[in-house]
Amino acid sequence: MQFGIFSVGDVTRDPTNDRTPTEAERIKAMVTIAFKAEEVGLDVFATGEHHNPPFVPSSPTTMLGFIAARTERLILSTATTLITTNDPVKIAEDYAMLQHLADGRVDLMMGRGNTAPVYPWFGQDIRNGIPLAIENYHLLHRLWREDVVDWEGRLRTPLQSFTSTPRPLDGVPPFVWHGSIRSPEIAEQAAYYGDGFFANNIFWPKEHFQRLIELYRRRYEHYGHGSADQAIVGLGGQVFMRARSQDAVREFRPYFDVAPVYGHGPSLEEFTAETPLTVGSPQQVIDRYAGMREHFGDYQRQLFLVDHAGLPLKTVLEQLDILGEEVVPVLRKELAAGRPAHVPEAPTHASMKAARNAAAADAPGEGSEAATDGTESGDTAADEVRVEVVTR
Amino acid sequence: MTTPTPAARKVVVVSAGLSQPSSTRLLADRLASAVVAAGASRGVAVELEAVELRDRAHDLANALVTGFPAGDLRAAVDTVGSADAVVAVTPVFTASYSGLFKSFVDVLDPESLVGVPVLVAATAGTARHSLVLEHAMRPLFSYLRAVVVPTGVYAASEDWGVGDSAGSALDERIDRAAGELADLLAGLPAAAARRAATVDPYEEPTAFADLLQQHSGQQL
Repeated sequence: MQFGIFSVGDVTRDPTNDRTPTEAERIKAMVTIAFKAEEVGLDVFATGEHHNPPFVPSSPTTMLGFIAARTERLILSTATTLITTNDPVKIAEDYAMLQHLADGRVDLMMGRGNTAPVYPWFGQDIRNGIPLAIENYHLLHRLWREDVVDWEGRLRTPLQSFTSTPRPLDGVPPFVWHGSIRSPEIAEQAAYYGDGFFANNIFWPKEHFQRLIELYRRRYEHYGHGSADQAIVGLGGQVFMRARSQDAVREFRPYFDVAPVYGHGPSLEEFTAETPLTVGSPQQVIDRYAGMREHFGDYQRQLFLVDHAGLPLKTVLEQLDILGEEVVPVLRKELAAGRPAHVPEAPTHASMKAARNAAAADAPGEGSEAATDGTESGDTAADEVRVEVVTR
Repeated sequence: MTTPTPAARKVVVVSAGLSQPSSTRLLADRLASAVVAAGASRGVAVELEAVELRDRAHDLANALVTGFPAGDLRAAVDTVGSADAVVAVTPVFTASYSGLFKSFVDVLDPESLVGVPVLVAATAGTARHSLVLEHAMRPLFSYLRAVVVPTGVYAASEDWGVGDSAGSALDERIDRAAGELADLLAGLPAAAARRAATVDPYEEPTAFADLLQQHSGQQL
């Protein structure tokens, strides 16, 4: 089970002192938060990608490359990479480059982006959101698995004899999650490729995400990647903790009440009842998140949003200390207990490389060995392409 | 009746009145009774459910901010989503339906009223705004692809008087509108059956090969 944090990268006024960080301060705060995540023993740091104020992270691989250089263990990811408005060729190149520099500590989460004007700014149309996500990702998937690609789609200029460089590290493409909050098509897409599915559940009630994840699991099995409970599921969450729960509530409420997205709406109590937001003692957070698998099944990745609502850096770092020291170690234990042996961990570069090598040594083109550890699998057209390439 | 009674049809009465007591509620109750009576005379048993939006005002404001209906508002949204027919009654505010009324319509699933018979009604202090039914209410429900009955019911303050002409005219309109709604109810399969026939994208997603093919024209 992987635990980590994801950041939207918003520049938000601190309502308690009326101070708004500069872009420079926010960017440096994000990387400081990432370093802290590694220091306290978390597994993943994921940055958002945005192309409009008040958000700073427009250039994720620049930021993640910098973090990669100063960390040893942390997996660097995105939440999300805009598969709609970015050129899939550039995504293939940028993240393969990052993969080499970070020694494989890279995965990505694809997302469509819900800010309508961003699409025309990049020459696209939000009404094409799903088609762009489907077609662009299909090209990206091929670019990482076939050395020479001929491509003609509807939404991008054709490619003839194109080789995306650098090739993925060790011939193993980064693992991909598909993030969605509402689209069955994206759950279907993730299931088809045997990729991960990340339900960004932080703003809505769980019932909706249960349906989406159930769909993804069922279709993952349908496409032959393993049983439904072996599908690779990630969930979001947001927490604010102090040793005493009333201190947490008192300190966080002024931030909550005016926060972007949900501020000036429901009360803190109403919102925590309906969403994964948990404000209280570390034990309350442990209890709430240890219970998530009862709603969604055993899952592979839990990302927390901690640097939100204008919280100052110092507070966020304190939150990470609590998360790393008091919460995540207990959650790791609790979630390992009762977890069936056949439920896989989230694929990493090392595990995918090992599975690839085992499959190649065992029976080229068949992939049965790989399927047994649940990180790779066997019998879709897309996987056959991958196996052909890696065993070439 | 000797023949087995078919399952009762659920008619949801949405009322956006604000004062207590409100003339909007009053009109909604009159319409509800008329629909039950009209249904009975056509052999259609009607089960009424009332959705009083004043009680959901806070939840509605929250839903506008968060994007999801919480608590009792979710139950109200689900109630409308399972209706066989809807009676929608709003006060006229500044030349249109009230903001509270529209906020509720805004949180409904846009597909939830497709093909559903709807009776539109409004109340106001004067008769001058009576075309609100035609230029605001009817287009709103047409957009949602509901089937709006031909007669809309508008009640100004003067209509509540006991005078022969005004009072009986309102009665007639209520009965005519209720009859039109009951006619539609009698001729339609129950909402549950109709909804069961529609494809749920979570249960039966478009297969990926089809998704890719429609978008890029490529075979897998």
